[in-house]
Amino acid sequence: MELHNIEKLLEKYFEATTTVAEEEAIKAYFLKGDVAPHLQEYTTMFTYFSNAKEETYTKQVPLKPRKRNYKWLSVAAVAVLVLGIYFGNDYREQKEAEYVLQETEKAFSLIAQNLNKGTEKLVYLNKFEEATNKIYKTN
Amino acid sequence: MKQSEFLNVVMPFKDKLYRLAKRLLVSTEEAEDATQEILLKLWSKNDRMKQYASVEAFAMTMTKNFCLDRLKSKQANNLKLVHSNYTDSNASLQRQVEAQDSVNWVEKIMESLPEQQKMALQLRDVEQYSFEEIGKMLEMTPAAVRVALSRARKTVRQKLMEKHNYGIA
Repeated sequence: MELHNIEKLLEKYFEATTTVAEEEAIKAYFLKGDVAPHLQEYTTMFTYFSNAKEETYTKQVPLKPRKRNYKWLSVAAVAVLVLGIYFGNDYREQKEAEYVLQETEKAFSLIAQNLNKGTEKLVYLNKFEEATNKIYKTN
Repeated sequence: MKQSEFLNVVMPFKDKLYRLAKRLLVSTEEAEDATQEILLKLWSKNDRMKQYASVEAFAMTMTKNFCLDRLKSKQANNLKLVHSNYTDSNASLQRQVEAQDSVNWVEKIMESLPEQQKMALQLRDVEQYSFEEIGKMLEMTPAAVRVALSRARKTVRQKLMEKHNYGIA
């Protein structure tokens, strides 16, 4: 590119009125190596800018920790809670019923024992009958 | 948006995010952390991503804000990592060394610029965005971007000249 043109562009460049394309042209001129002596100082500037663009981000991006759906987690928690209370109640009721059954059985067996005692004594009633029969016969 | 889609959208400009972060935070490690943070933030917002006119500009703004917050926070003040990992190219030629040196000067000079000028210079002269795009990213008017850019370029030129003259004298 013409030297005159470059000088003009440089002037515009420092006023920041150049377009991106014009800046590209300036950069190309300075990177080509064949720079006019009095413009030599600018070379470092444009070399640096193009070097700076080479730097890249090389680290791996750990995208795995994607936000979990906590909405569904809470739904699940509530479900577990409700089921727990429901079945827990059932279980407790069953235990209670078993206890009542046991108690009643105990009570019944007590009654049965006493009843047997009663019937044992009834043997004497038979003896009484025998005795009366004897009396009647002899009469 | 699925992971592969997201990567397709994000990959083309992730280096630009990183370079902007590095320009502001200077240290490589901090810039890498910042970039990762921004990408993860973007990923967590990915269901809303289609609403943004330009994901790239949005991500750039996020990076800018994130890094400026970082700089402001005490944390960053307490453990400021200074970038010192300049490439050791083992250049045998004196001229090559000198050239490399003055290229590094530009980086040093850019470090000394105010943040806004730094970003304007980075986004224009390194990344070649238009003034409108830069305006959107930095939340400035294009005219203000132009002014900041012009100042930044002139400062770099002036300081570079000073260095050169100093070297000769």
